[in-house]
Parts: sequence; C-alpha cells; structure tokens
Amino acid sequence: MEFFRIRQDIAFMRYARALNVVSLLTFVAAVVFLVTRGLNLSVEFTGGTVMELSYEQTAPLVEVRQTLNTLGYTDVPVQNFGSSRDVLLRLPAAGNQTSAQQSEQVLAALRAQGEQVTLRRTEYVGPQVGEELATNGLIALALVIVGIMLYLSMRFEWKYAVSAIVANLHDVVIILGFFAFFQWEFSLAVLAAVLAVLGYSVNESVVIFDRVRECFRRYRKLETRAIINKAITSTISRTIITHGSTQIMVLSMLLFGGATLHYFALALTIGILFGIYSSVFVAAAIAMWLGIKREDLIKPDKDIDRNDPNAGAVV
Amino acid sequence: MNRFPIWKYVVLVMALVLGVLYTAPNFFGEAPAVQVSALRSTVKVDAPLMQRLERTLNEAGLQIQGSVLQGNSAVLRLTNADDQLRAREALEKNLNPNPQAPAFVVALNLVSRTPQWMQDLLAKPMYLGLDLRGGVHFLLQVDMAAALQKKLDTTAADLRVALRSERLRHQGIAREGATVTLQLRPDTPSDAVQRLLAQQAPDLQWVEQTAPEGGQWRGQLRAEVVRQVQEQALKQNITTLHNRINELGVAEPVIQQQGIDRIVVQLPGVQDTAKAKDILGRTATLEVRMVDESAEGRAAEQGQAPVPFGSARFFDRNGQAVIVKRDVVLTGDNLNDAQPGFDSQTQEPAVHLNLNAQGARIFKDVTRENVGKRMAILLFEKGQGEVVTAPVIRSEIGGGRVQISGRMTTTEANDVALLLRSGSLAAPMEIVEERTVGPSLGAENIARGFDSVTWGFVVVVAFICLYYAVFGVISSLALAFNLALLVAVLSMLQATLTLPGMAAMALTLGMAIDANVLINERVREELRGGATPQAAIHAGYERAWGTILDSNVTTLIAGVALFLFGSGPVRGFAVVHVVGILTSMFSAVLFSRGLVNLWYGRQRKLSKVSIGTVWQPK
Repeated sequence: MEFFRIRQDIAFMRYARALNVVSLLTFVAAVVFLVTRGLNLSVEFTGGTVMELSYEQTAPLVEVRQTLNTLGYTDVPVQNFGSSRDVLLRLPAAGNQTSAQQSEQVLAALRAQGEQVTLRRTEYVGPQVGEELATNGLIALALVIVGIMLYLSMRFEWKYAVSAIVANLHDVVIILGFFAFFQWEFSLAVLAAVLAVLGYSVNESVVIFDRVRECFRRYRKLETRAIINKAITSTISRTIITHGSTQIMVLSMLLFGGATLHYFALALTIGILFGIYSSVFVAAAIAMWLGIKREDLIKPDKDIDRNDPNAGAVV
Repeated sequence: MNRFPIWKYVVLVMALVLGVLYTAPNFFGEAPAVQVSALRSTVKVDAPLMQRLERTLNEAGLQIQGSVLQGNSAVLRLTNADDQLRAREALEKNLNPNPQAPAFVVALNLVSRTPQWMQDLLAKPMYLGLDLRGGVHFLLQVDMAAALQKKLDTTAADLRVALRSERLRHQGIAREGATVTLQLRPDTPSDAVQRLLAQQAPDLQWVEQTAPEGGQWRGQLRAEVVRQVQEQALKQNITTLHNRINELGVAEPVIQQQGIDRIVVQLPGVQDTAKAKDILGRTATLEVRMVDESAEGRAAEQGQAPVPFGSARFFDRNGQAVIVKRDVVLTGDNLNDAQPGFDSQTQEPAVHLNLNAQGARIFKDVTRENVGKRMAILLFEKGQGEVVTAPVIRSEIGGGRVQISGRMTTTEANDVALLLRSGSLAAPMEIVEERTVGPSLGAENIARGFDSVTWGFVVVVAFICLYYAVFGVISSLALAFNLALLVAVLSMLQATLTLPGMAAMALTLGMAIDANVLINERVREELRGGATPQAAIHAGYERAWGTILDSNVTTLIAGVALFLFGSGPVRGFAVVHVVGILTSMFSAVLFSRGLVNLWYGRQRKLSKVSIGTVWQPK
C-alpha cells in the first residue's frame, strides 16, 4: 500500500508567495478576532465559581436562568454541557459571600424548584490565583519559544530557527483566532494543548529542515529552491501519515473524551491540520526568503576541488 | 550489520519485564475496606486491637478478605460496599461507645487489590487525581500580613505596659503599617528607652531618630524573625488542619505547603463538601481555669460524687477526670506563644508559655493567690473540652513567662506546645481555589480516558500494519511497548494521573508513531533507490535517528515548560507528555530495531523485506 506515488519533485515553492499571502490574511483575521471578540476565558483565568449540575431529565434551562435572576445573578452563562441533562453554570465572584455559600444557595434554590438535581462538580478560583495562572501560562509560552529557538540555532542555523518559530506562532495565533471567533471556552487544558501543538509543529519543521540539510549535502548542483522542493517532496509521505495517525488519536478523544476534553481535542485538531500547512509552506518559504544557502549548514573548504589535478596526491 | 549484541537484547527483555510488572497493578482494581485510626496519639493501633476488630466483624457475620496494619491504622478488606457500610457501623458501636467522645475514627476506604508480593516490590497503581477519583481540593491562602501585624500589635501593647511600669513617659506608641513607632518626649532619657527596647522587644530592629521636640524610635521586624513567623504560621496551620481532617475520617488526605504562603488540601472520596469546608474553617479555643479542689470536687474526680454546682468535669488525655471551676481565668487571646523546651533547673522536658501583658498581669494575680493549688489548661473544640495539662502552682509567676513541667516526655512537651499554639490559628486562612468532583464523574472520566486511548490505539495499529506489513507489525509492537513503559514509569514515580494526563497518553502515542513512520519511510526510500535490503534497513535507522532526536527534543522543551509553569491537571498532562517522549524515543529506536534485527538481521542473503509496497517510478 503506497499512497504517495510521486514521480517527480512537486514544486511547492512555486505556490509559496500566493499561499503566504493567504497565511498573512488569516493571521491578520485571527488577530482581529482576538482583539475585538477576545477569548472566552474559563473560570481558571478569570476567577469565579463553576457548577456542573445533572438533572434526571432534560434540564430546564429557562427555569434555571429565572431562578438565578431571582437570586440576583443576572447574565450568568447557563448552558448544556455534554448531554441535554447536564448544565454548566458560571457564577462571578461575589464579594460578600464565599464560594461555598454561593453554591449552597444556588443548589438549594434549584432544588426548591422540584426537580431532582445533583451537583456533579464545582470549581472555585479566586481572582488572584486566576491571574497567576494566566501569567504562568504566558511565561511558559515565552520559555518554549526561547528554548526552541536556541535549540534550532544550535542544530541548524538562526535563519531556520526564526522561520520555524514564525511559522509555528502563526499556528498558535490561528488556533487562538478560531477560539475567539467561535467563542469556545479557553481553559488551562486548552493552553496545554496549544503548547503541545507548538512543540509538535516545530517537530514538523525540523523534519523538513533536516532533509534540506541532507539534500544540500547530497545534491551539490541543485539550487536552494529546488533543494527545498525535493526535501518537502521526500518527506510529504511521512508528514501526512504521522499527522493522520495523531489525528486518529485526537479523533478518538473527540468522540470518547466527553465534554471536558472536547475543546482540548479541538485545539489539537486545528493545530495538527494547520501544522502541515505551516511547516510545508510557511516555514520553508520564510527560510528560503531569509536566504538559506548550502554554506550555512555545510562547512566549506574541507572538500577537495575535484578539478585540481594535484588534489589528493600524497608524495 | 543488523545485529544487536546480546547485552542489548538483555536490556530490552528486562525493560519489557519491568514494564509489564509495573503496569499490572493498575489493572487489579480496588476493594472496599475500612480503616481504623486512633484519634489520640496516646492510643496505639496494634495486634491486640486488630484481633478485637476482627472478632467484632466476625460476630457481625461479615467476611474479612484481608487485614493489615499500616502506620498507625488498621485496614480491613471486605467483600463489597454493603459489607463495608455494615462493618463501619459494627466497629463504631464497639470502639466508640460514647459518640460524644470518640476514641477511634472508622473511615471508608478503597484499597488496591494488588497482590502483596507486588507491593513489596514497590509496584503500586498510579495515584489517581481528583478528577478521576472524586473528592475535594482546596487551596488555602494564609494571610501572612495579618500574622505579622498581630505580632507587631502585641509587641506594641506589651511595650506600652513596660514603659509605664518603668515610668518612662512618651507621647505614644503605635503600629503604622509594618513599623512600630514610639514617640518620645523631649525629656525622656534615650538610653533607658534603648535598654528597655532591647530587653522587651528583641525581635525588632530599632532605629532612633533624634529631634528637638522628642526623639522617635522606629522598629521593624528583623528579616529572620519575619521568616520564622511565616514558617511557624504555616506549619501551625498545617498541623491544625491535620487534626481537623483526621476527624473527617478521610483516608489518604493530602495537606501540603505550596509556595511560601499557601496550603493545598486534597480529600479524595469525600462526598460531603459542606462538612469538609465547615471543619476546615473551625478553630479551637484555649482556656485556663482553676481546678476545683474542694472536698466535693475531689470526690467527683474519684467518681464517687456528682459534679458540684459551679464546676464542670473534663477529661485529660489519659482519660482521667479533672473537675474545674466554671470561671475562666485566661483565654487563648492572652497566649502569645508556646514552645517546647527544658526546665531551667531540673532539665526535664517542659513547655514554655509566653503570655501577653494583660495575660501576664492576670496570671501573676492568680498564681499569687493560689500557691499550692492546681490550675487546668483546657482546649475546646466543637464545644468539647479536653484538659491539656493541670500543673500545681508552686509560686507567684510574673512577667508573663510560664513554664509547665513535670511528668512529660519530650514528645509530649512538643505535642502540648503544638496543641496550645493551635488554640488559635496563627494567621487567618482563606480558600482561594476549590474544586469538587462527584464520585460518579470520577468514574466516568476514567472510562472516557481509557476509551480514547484504547480506540485510538486500535485504529492506528490497524492502519500501520496494513500500510507497512511486517515493519508495521513491528512498529505496532513498539507502540504497545511504549505504552506499557509509559504506564510503568508513571506508576513507579507514583505520579498523579488526571484526565488531561490520559489525554497526554493518547497524544503521546500519536506522536510516538512519528518516529516509526520516519524509519519505515526511510527504509522504503532506500529500497526504492536500489539499496540491498540489509543496507536499506541499516541506512534507514541511521539516517532517521538524527531527525528523531531533533524533533523529540523540541517537543520535550514544550513539555518541560508546561511542567514548570503548569499547576494541577496541566502539570499532570506535562508529566505524562515528558515521560512519554522519553519512552517513545527508547522504544522506537532500540526496541523496534531489536525486533527488526531479530527478524531480518540473521538472514545473510536477504532478498526482500516485507514493508508494504515499495513503489518505483517507471
């Protein structure tokens, strides 16, 4: 079984300019959405109380909202979570009550409505802990970026490091853009997924760059653009099969993981798909435009000039 | 060329055996059990008690699957959950005849069914996080500023009294923020003040500021004193919490310091969160009262007469009755500090108390008037009082420094000092984070995580075997080996498994396949290029290794960053991720190569390898 019967190198770089313009536009769109709509941050970052309730039959969302209104909570997000019987509430932090009192009060009021309701889970995060988690998340992101850039500069060269990071940050911003546009809940788990995607995406670019280095060594006569095309063509089979396999695992998570892992798996899916695109077109193209040359990776002057008749002679 | 030396195979076989051995405990499941622990440190849980427990259960008609003494508690395994509840009832009735004064705690617990020989080898199942087990998680913040302010306030009040008794007049002493400011009058002798400050308030660093209208002394807590106060406040609060949580009867609670001013409390399996929160918030109060030494009082102490009017009966830690008067002489508010130490004259273990100015005055009066009589120090919790100690007053004690000694071992002195200090929490605590997961959700989450990993694994394996034939089978075996090693390492580390952790397992498998795909594709390419099969295998593994290393290191960097800055479930994710990457490198390169070498390596004249279609362009 062979899916990739490729006869000759596909000229990926020919489409580089056009596709990078598309990339830039989606990138800008993502940033616009992030700025205007903002991320739907979960309670872990904003502080507040989350209650997950389970009803015997379909949850009466309208009545729940009314009950909350009478308690004084206007504009509290109440939504189904997973199945139609589960409800997720998000209460803002109330100054004069502790979270324990808040959740007891709400539960008592809902029970008084007559339906059988059980509390499956509550989560309370104080506002300063939320801030800390957000800060720590950003520091983690910065650390990952710096670490990867250092490592790539060491193994390859700075141009490769820069292009890999730019391409993969582009991935991350696109994922965030999706979350901002659809207002999906951005929790700590999603942040973890984003960082995992960053690592994974760079992984992709590294495989391609590794091939580029090998092709530079092997095919001395080819110029940079052709080398890149060759490198990508040789690795495209591996790229797609690996991404496919990872996507199968993530799909399994989407199907069986339940509501908790849902957005996590979604972030991973987007990351995996865009990962292929960004590594193939964006990373390689930027590396090309930054001007990678054979000499960057291969130290010159160790080779003997083959045209010199005296080369290699030992007297 | 494609041969592994024997020692490499030995390493692989050992790794495989260890992997299976340490993964196995996770599949044994858990058995319902009851855990009996003593509420008082003086009561020992030992073999005679165990016999009594077993007898009680046998009389109740319950079958015991196994029993073991663990630390200071006895764990008895039962057949099912119903038996568990009945066992608890039977034991409660037998061990705690007086429900108001329980001597033992009987808790419901789940113990793993792992066979003992495995547990002796330290092969235990992974520790399940709260989102998989159900329970409560609190993060409490200790208000350190309040603790320090309290200390400064008491110092200022004490100084005021000391200055008055030395007849040093001043214009005011007050605490402003973190500084105590003493405003002197122009005629106040400065060196006398200095001596007093050094003597009465050595914990502060004093700086003088002279001025014509009266100098000013400003004092701030020394850095090491601040640190000491913070550490002690935290430790004291943790101990208080420990005692509280023991009463809940929770098995395996986690109470840990986090950072310099936070405490993490995790109570797995607790259903009644309201009760847990209530108990955590409680404090104990301290009281000092005189012992009733009248004839009626003494008779009541022996048990021969009822408690006289105006007094009350309390029990001390050894179970002896003490009759105390109802009037309260001192409360915990007057107690500044209690430290274990040694008697200055007899070198016996003793407890040194430090009372505040008001307390010192009251104490001086009481001891002057009651030499030769006994004084009782009581600790009240939940409205129940217990006599900590009831020493005889030998002489008038002034100055607020009191020593309690006599018939105490060093451990007892430590315990008493701790108990006295925990009379009031050193610093107020506030719940800043709280997570409650119901038990049904916990079980569901485990099922979900398990399903995701299993189904994904099955589909990926099917695909890889179809695509790469025998090499695909070898890759799948390597993947299974990877999973086994991953679970084994996590079990060995006793890492906490959370739902994101299981997601990380699924993700790691997806990424682990990458290394195998790299190798297989490379081998195919070499074969396409015309290399002989043996050379193709060799070249494939050689060339792929550099790429595998690079790509895994970058993913490792992301995992490590997540570990350092994540918390809670995210940290669980990061741990699994990092360990998974390491095991995947090991399994992909060493294990799959080992298998390939075993299968193909020996055939000198290998004509073709089963790696699926090696398509050649015409």
